[in-house]
Amino acid sequence: MSNKLVVQEAPHLYAAENHTRIMWTVFLSLIPAGVFGVLIFGLKSFWIILVGIVSAVLTEALIQKLRNREVTIFDGSAALTGLLLTFCLSSAVPLWLVAAGSFIAIAVGKQVFGGLGQNIFNPALVGRAFLLTAWPTPMTTWPGPKQLFDGITQATPLAKNFVGTSYWDLLIGNRGGCIGEVCVLALLAGVLFLLILGYISWQIPFSFIATVGLFAWMFGGESLFAGKWLLQILSGGLILGAFFMATDYVTSPLTNRGRLVFGFGCGLFTAVIRIWGGYPEGVCYAILLMNAATPLIDRFTQPKVFGVK
Amino acid sequence: MKKLFREFSKGIRKENPIFGLALGLCPTLAVSTSVINGLGMGLAATFVLLGSNVIISSLRKIIPHQVRIPCFIVVIAGFVTIVELVMAAYFPALSRQLGIFVPLIVVNCIIMCRAEAFASRNTVGRSLFDALGMGAGFTLGLVLISGIREALGSGRLFGYVLFPGYQPALTLALAPGALLILGLLLGLSNLIFNQQTSRRTDEQTN
Repeated sequence: MSNKLVVQEAPHLYAAENHTRIMWTVFLSLIPAGVFGVLIFGLKSFWIILVGIVSAVLTEALIQKLRNREVTIFDGSAALTGLLLTFCLSSAVPLWLVAAGSFIAIAVGKQVFGGLGQNIFNPALVGRAFLLTAWPTPMTTWPGPKQLFDGITQATPLAKNFVGTSYWDLLIGNRGGCIGEVCVLALLAGVLFLLILGYISWQIPFSFIATVGLFAWMFGGESLFAGKWLLQILSGGLILGAFFMATDYVTSPLTNRGRLVFGFGCGLFTAVIRIWGGYPEGVCYAILLMNAATPLIDRFTQPKVFGVK
Repeated sequence: MKKLFREFSKGIRKENPIFGLALGLCPTLAVSTSVINGLGMGLAATFVLLGSNVIISSLRKIIPHQVRIPCFIVVIAGFVTIVELVMAAYFPALSRQLGIFVPLIVVNCIIMCRAEAFASRNTVGRSLFDALGMGAGFTLGLVLISGIREALGSGRLFGYVLFPGYQPALTLALAPGALLILGLLLGLSNLIFNQQTSRRTDEQTN
């Protein structure tokens, strides 16, 4: 009986949208990229994705049980975190590493702060950052595309000694890299779906990608204004990060102005790490750094209340 | 006797320097890479704490109030010098490992805090037990943190390989691991302790 009477604050607006539906829709929109990842890198990637999702969901259930909270593993948020984490792993990682990453992502990235909606940092990226510092060797070995195209272990296009891959190869994912990030076209199909539904707004991805492109063009080349900006945009995890990770509702600013600032910051850090930093890829750390700045951005971009000068 | 025991036990649980008072975190974060280092640091700090608490509490009526801090530091620095020289003479390997953090015990907040807040106001006996309790609490905390970090971060305990075939998570042996483990343990101890206090207040109101 008590469950049937719901007491809520205003606005008492009813909409079919709730976070369960949004989470599963985002999950669905990532499936094409996952399918292509498996096609490109082989069946091992499928097991990596499966282990990542299952261990994320199990961790969530375990911790919610331990904390005597309602177990909410079917709302899709843990599954989405697991999926996103495995999307930014190389297909060469052992399965135990994936499980450890999912555990850290959910336990340290999310449940420690109090669960869904409370976390400061994007859980999937917390997991990835942990894995990268904990087991750097398997995390930075990228086998080349195996199944769909002929290939061998190769550096990602972002590595300094990289030579020659056409833009078409980058679009369809004929390159080394992480499971979910290589097939840009499949990612963009999912993005289109989410943009039409209005589940993600354009501000963060736009300013993120534009900033990376601008800085890559200005400073990425041999001389000033000679960088290959399109290569920088299409390679690495930028498309995946900008559309699916930086736009996480919990850890990004609330206002549109704030989102533009957030995207610019992400782009700036990504470009700095890529061009001058020691890591080949900077998207993960850029988003985590800007996650930390989100409360500050929210404070400085508060909209004026109507009627106030 | 019961009172003295309470002075001792408060340092381990309720006012544990690391998990209760959050003092002395700099050496905690810096040297907790292996159990040997943690234990060495904990025992060194305990010795200094013991010496400084006893001397300061027995001199508490002689030390003028206005210059008490310099007086405390002279006493503490004396004991730290003893520890530093003894460690360099008998445990040179440990001394090299701990490096600058041994002389830095002089400015360890726990020792200063106990001198100012406890030893300068209490009898020698109570100060002695306070120092023992605080030292034991600090050492236990350090051993706990460094044990977790060494076991998971390098797959060893006291230098012996724990699980053959385990690939250690380097993060935990590095600086982020110290902050991560300390934060998680702080949260855990708060969780356990707060639950106990809230249960107690529940019983009282009932």
